[in-house]
Amino acid sequence: MKLFLETYNNTNSVDINEIPVLKYQYFANMLRSYFADSDNHCLSYYAYRKDNKLKFICAIAKDSNGKIYLSSHELDAGKIMLDSLTPEFPQLHIFEREIAENFGITFEGHPWAKPVRYPFDRADKNKVMNNYPFYRMESDQLHEVGVGPIHAGVIEPGHFRFICNGEKVLHLEIHLGYQHRGVEKLMLQNDNRLKLCILSESIGGDTAVGNALAHAQLLESLADFEAPKDLQIERCIALELERIAVHIGDTAALCTDVGYQLGQVVCEALRTTIINTTQFWCGNRFGKGLVRPFGTNYPLNDKTVEEIKKILNDSGKRYFDMAERIYSLPSVLGRFDDIGIVTTQQAYRIGAVGMAARTCNIPRDIRATHPFQYFKTHKPQVVTQEKGDVLARGMLRFLEAKESVKYIFELLAKWESIDKTNLKPDYDHKLNPDRFAVSIVEAWRGELCHFAVTDEKGNISHYKISDPSMHNWFALALAVRDQEISDFPICNKSFNLSYCGYDL
Amino acid sequence: MIKEIKILKQHGIQYVPDLKGAVLTPLFRGRPVIKEQPSEAETEMLIRLCPSDAIVTVGGFGIDIGKCVFCKECALACPNKIEFTNDYKIATNDLNNLIVRQGDSEIKFNEEKIRPEVRKLFKNALKLRQVSAGGDNSCEFELNASGNVNFDMGRYGIEFVASPRHADGIVITGPITENMAEALQICWDATPGPKVLILVGTDAISGGMFKNSPAVKREFLDKYPVDLYVPGNPAHPLTFINAVLRLIGK
Repeated sequence: MKLFLETYNNTNSVDINEIPVLKYQYFANMLRSYFADSDNHCLSYYAYRKDNKLKFICAIAKDSNGKIYLSSHELDAGKIMLDSLTPEFPQLHIFEREIAENFGITFEGHPWAKPVRYPFDRADKNKVMNNYPFYRMESDQLHEVGVGPIHAGVIEPGHFRFICNGEKVLHLEIHLGYQHRGVEKLMLQNDNRLKLCILSESIGGDTAVGNALAHAQLLESLADFEAPKDLQIERCIALELERIAVHIGDTAALCTDVGYQLGQVVCEALRTTIINTTQFWCGNRFGKGLVRPFGTNYPLNDKTVEEIKKILNDSGKRYFDMAERIYSLPSVLGRFDDIGIVTTQQAYRIGAVGMAARTCNIPRDIRATHPFQYFKTHKPQVVTQEKGDVLARGMLRFLEAKESVKYIFELLAKWESIDKTNLKPDYDHKLNPDRFAVSIVEAWRGELCHFAVTDEKGNISHYKISDPSMHNWFALALAVRDQEISDFPICNKSFNLSYCGYDL
Repeated sequence: MIKEIKILKQHGIQYVPDLKGAVLTPLFRGRPVIKEQPSEAETEMLIRLCPSDAIVTVGGFGIDIGKCVFCKECALACPNKIEFTNDYKIATNDLNNLIVRQGDSEIKFNEEKIRPEVRKLFKNALKLRQVSAGGDNSCEFELNASGNVNFDMGRYGIEFVASPRHADGIVITGPITENMAEALQICWDATPGPKVLILVGTDAISGGMFKNSPAVKREFLDKYPVDLYVPGNPAHPLTFINAVLRLIGK
């Protein structure tokens, strides 16, 4: 019996009917054999309604051979019980919670059966933001600290509830959903696909390029279209510029939280130069409008290339000097080193991805393991850190920014030597009917997964988005255990996870 | 120490000296200009193309920048009729002034609508509390940047504060999600009066791409008058700072 369908990232779509539909028991067995190998991790596990049935799709990525395994199971209408697989595979916890919340399925034995984001179309409308079932510890020795949804700074809303023993955090629970805008439902507007591009860019403004690329790539898969080399290179450059800008900005934020003002202001100013370069290229500091399906409105030109080189040479060097100083300064290291540790084993168990995984010595980077666009032709160097603490997460930003600067120069050299197609975007390109496609982009936080299903007319009938923060918020909760509560801000900044990308 | 002095020297002077006269890169997508009325067929095509229903036809052709997501696709489709300039002073206190018509050369402020106490009380210091209610965090980034080492709006006494109790007003970003509506209300109620209400970004002004989303609940805006609309996707720091300066009469 066939247990799964193999596919690759950024390639043609598959026939939705070819994804094997397994009995739940066999599905569990299949996961058992896959997750026994730490080389595999769950990209996403989700459900959607199809002809009165609930169809569950699971996508597993194998890092060593670049394959993606697709499998599914179904549940008849009226049935609402399934045995939870989370006790055995903790990395599924958030996906089972999401399915339970959306469709009213009970996963029996789920150790943490809590709401995810209170979507407008949730199965149980009696569950409301105000009565989130927080974990409690009854003791007159302990106290609780609640923070948010509105925080002291200008940031997105989310609620953090700490249970503390004195200054020490015993437990942190993260309650999100405040940002829920119903993005996935809006992605089904087939009347005008430009809407979908703009929506993708606003899944998370700090990852506008990443999400726009994941979306463009998805549509291209559904149309059997392969982007020409010049377009691929331009997209990779845009993605790496976004990575560099955020990494520098996060370095500034980390410095702010430990009171190192020089690091803060220098990095703030350097981030400005990078996002202004993106603005020079496409007119928007966040790269909105730059990435479009089947082409681009802003092909690179000699003037833009010259600007990118100039800024990266100058700001790049200045950032590296600054970062070297930051990470050799005893007063800063005293606040970063050994703080907020996530162990490699924990990271594997919760299915951590992207930066959060790489700081725990897990070389999980879609650019190298499941390459897309020009990363297929030219692989970047994967950077890892060992300790999983705030210092590792800071250092990783520095080293990745360094790699990305180097990589952009290599791409620019290649770009200069090839013929340009300068394709224009196409918002009416016909999509193949009855197909399923997966698109993964390693944006600065980690893997962004977009999935879509088309109906018999080639219209998008289901769209699913999984932000890396789905996997990684739990890492933050683990990182602050047994830490002083005053270290929460740097732990939080060091991950810089997405609220709107998670809430959708 | 020597390393730090070297870094400081490289850093140099970063602030933008003239926040009112700074010129942005030519490609920056700011105020649109209608060079010529699009034909009927073109208008129909643009209505279909526009992702956020920003094309206005009542009273002649226009673009509502309170709805516009600044994707510039209309200008790319009709380059002889529409262009986007790098004029970033696109905020106003009057919703009607957000509609750009042929012949318009600026987004106008409605001086009569400004409440006298706003200028009297906040001219020299305006402390704001920001509430993100479904914002995609690009507007939030730009509001943070408004106070950073480059734009430094603190020089005018304008600043974001940690508590609504310390604030003279609220700045909303995002389309106002249902899940955030109550927290926003509590924050507004906790801000002592007289206070200002500022909407930043197209999402906040009109709901943007999310105006028809069932996850959005915008009743808050029916209850209170808005002092300032700052369009953009996201609004540029210079747009925000100039808008606030104009409001407080500086």
